[in-house]
Amino acid sequence: MLSVEDLSVEFRTRAGVVKALEAVNFSVQPGETVGIVGESGSGKSVTAFTLMGVLDRAGQVTAGRALFQSNRVAVDLLKESESSLRQLRGQELSMIFQNPRTALNPIRQVGKQITDVLRCHSDLPPADLRLKALEMLASVRIPDPVKRYEAYPYELSGGLCQRIMIALALACSPELLIADEPTTGLDVTTQTTVMNLLKDLAAQRQMATVLITHDLALASEYCDRIVVMHAGHVVESAPTHSLFSQPRHPYTAKLIAATPEPHKSFAELMPIGGNLPDLKAMDLAPCRFSTRCDRFDSALCGQTPLKRAALAPDHQVACWQPL
Amino acid sequence: MTQLQPHFANALPHLPPPLLRVENLCKVFPVGKAAQLHAVDQVSFQIQPGESLGLVGESGCGKSTLIRLITRLLDVTSGEIYFDDALLSTTAARQFPRSQHRASLQLVFQDPTDSLNPRFSAYDTIADPIRRLSPQQDKQQLQARVAELADWVGLPQDLLSRFPHQLSGGQKARVGIARAIALNPKLLVLDEPTSALDVSVQAVILHLLADLKQRLGMSYLFVSHDLNVIRLLCDRVLVMYLGKIVESGPVDQIFSHPQHPYTEALISAIPSFESKPHPIALTGEPRSPINPAPQVCRLYGRCPRGEDRCQQVMPELQAIAPNHQVACHFPVSAAADSRD
Repeated sequence: MLSVEDLSVEFRTRAGVVKALEAVNFSVQPGETVGIVGESGSGKSVTAFTLMGVLDRAGQVTAGRALFQSNRVAVDLLKESESSLRQLRGQELSMIFQNPRTALNPIRQVGKQITDVLRCHSDLPPADLRLKALEMLASVRIPDPVKRYEAYPYELSGGLCQRIMIALALACSPELLIADEPTTGLDVTTQTTVMNLLKDLAAQRQMATVLITHDLALASEYCDRIVVMHAGHVVESAPTHSLFSQPRHPYTAKLIAATPEPHKSFAELMPIGGNLPDLKAMDLAPCRFSTRCDRFDSALCGQTPLKRAALAPDHQVACWQPL
Repeated sequence: MTQLQPHFANALPHLPPPLLRVENLCKVFPVGKAAQLHAVDQVSFQIQPGESLGLVGESGCGKSTLIRLITRLLDVTSGEIYFDDALLSTTAARQFPRSQHRASLQLVFQDPTDSLNPRFSAYDTIADPIRRLSPQQDKQQLQARVAELADWVGLPQDLLSRFPHQLSGGQKARVGIARAIALNPKLLVLDEPTSALDVSVQAVILHLLADLKQRLGMSYLFVSHDLNVIRLLCDRVLVMYLGKIVESGPVDQIFSHPQHPYTEALISAIPSFESKPHPIALTGEPRSPINPAPQVCRLYGRCPRGEDRCQQVMPELQAIAPNHQVACHFPVSAAADSRD
């Protein structure tokens, strides 16, 4: 349904050209939940912004395609004009942003923000907008929707604001939802409620979801497949179970070892050494993990281009010597 | 009145005197006419020398207010704070920077970026508390001490001249920790020290904190909403919900046998690799902390075990095992026993 092929994005800054994404490949099947995980600065959000066509002006897509296909349309998201993207957004693909408090309009009642979306992106007669908005509020399990319709974002808790965001994103029944860190900043109990809600709604509407998160454990609970990103590269992508039972890229293995988990002792918690490479550097190594990797072999790993191989039909790894 | 009990009443003879003892601490913020927000309500606990105590709870439950009271950045409404057998709670927060205890009670702040002065180099940030509070003013001694601290927290010496915007998140976290341990505090209060960091850096900082604690023999009060982190670093946990302590006990016991329905929900919500998503027992929104009804349990309405009694009598903290206390009329294991 969504197929991203060889996507590369660069940011032109005063300090130089930042190669934020390079040859990113992944795909999403209808109804599937795909997780994109990685540290901050790995290019997760840039991927999402590129697909939605809301990339900062300094950012430029230098290569690649993002083929999106649904019952109604089949387009390359990167080639569409702004006006046709406006038509697609909301109805075909939609996004939930990281911080619900800053993503919502602080001086507009939340119910009205939902009717705004409906007015732009649906054919509903104006008289029905309010009813549909109330229905959306109820569908994201907001207690007392009639009262909350008139609330402003500051009057609602973080969990409620995030549910309003979900209601906004789902108001026109999109085929694909991109959720960028939907639960960062929420408590664990609220996180579970919001994630369960997203999962239920996705199942009900047979909607595909791309879940962007830095929390590997969270992704493992809710995703069918996981794409691991590091410094603008997709280093590994595999079904959730094979990724965790048998990680093939050294970075994935290290990420798993660094995540605190209920059954992990303190000694088992292994930090990942080093830092993300400077993406502005002219002489960026072909393998961007090479400076942090224990298995680095200059003869093998220095080769260009980086080897990207399918170790199984659904298991891709970008590494010369996978685990 | 419980507040009038002699303060040594619950000190057991075989235990060393606690480093920090908090008795019936309350903080009420006025919000508009006749409305009062009960941020911290009748909280009592102790920290032994060398102990790590974890404090968990959701945002808005009063964790940050509680540690601001303890570190004397806020004035208390009622109740007592004893630190090293001295009564701290009567000193006004504005006077406390001149108190002899300021140096031994230090805080590591949540956001490593916002808590550093952008115009101070790493060196100045770490040296500032020494300049202000320590008699050791000799420039060379100061330089040696800052170098030693940087070494302890694993901050390369050549980064000391840098400003916060030139440091990475992990390096800024190290500067914040070095500043807090500069005066050899007895109690270090850590307010979500790793929540702004990536997992790769988080693991490094957690190991660093464990090493420092062993090296310097400090006590930790570790505030986090990440239960996985608390479990790794703490000996005991306090679980807080809307201003009240609902459960306290040894870490292993709380994690293996949570007694309060809220603790149980918290623990079941921890994500772990490849476990199936589970429905969470808590439904609805938390009650308002503004003018709460004194007789109603704060979890009532969200609690799967709530019964009429929960809105008639506020449950008090009661011991159910040595060192393990819970404030619930219907704790988890009691129900399990009655089913057997």
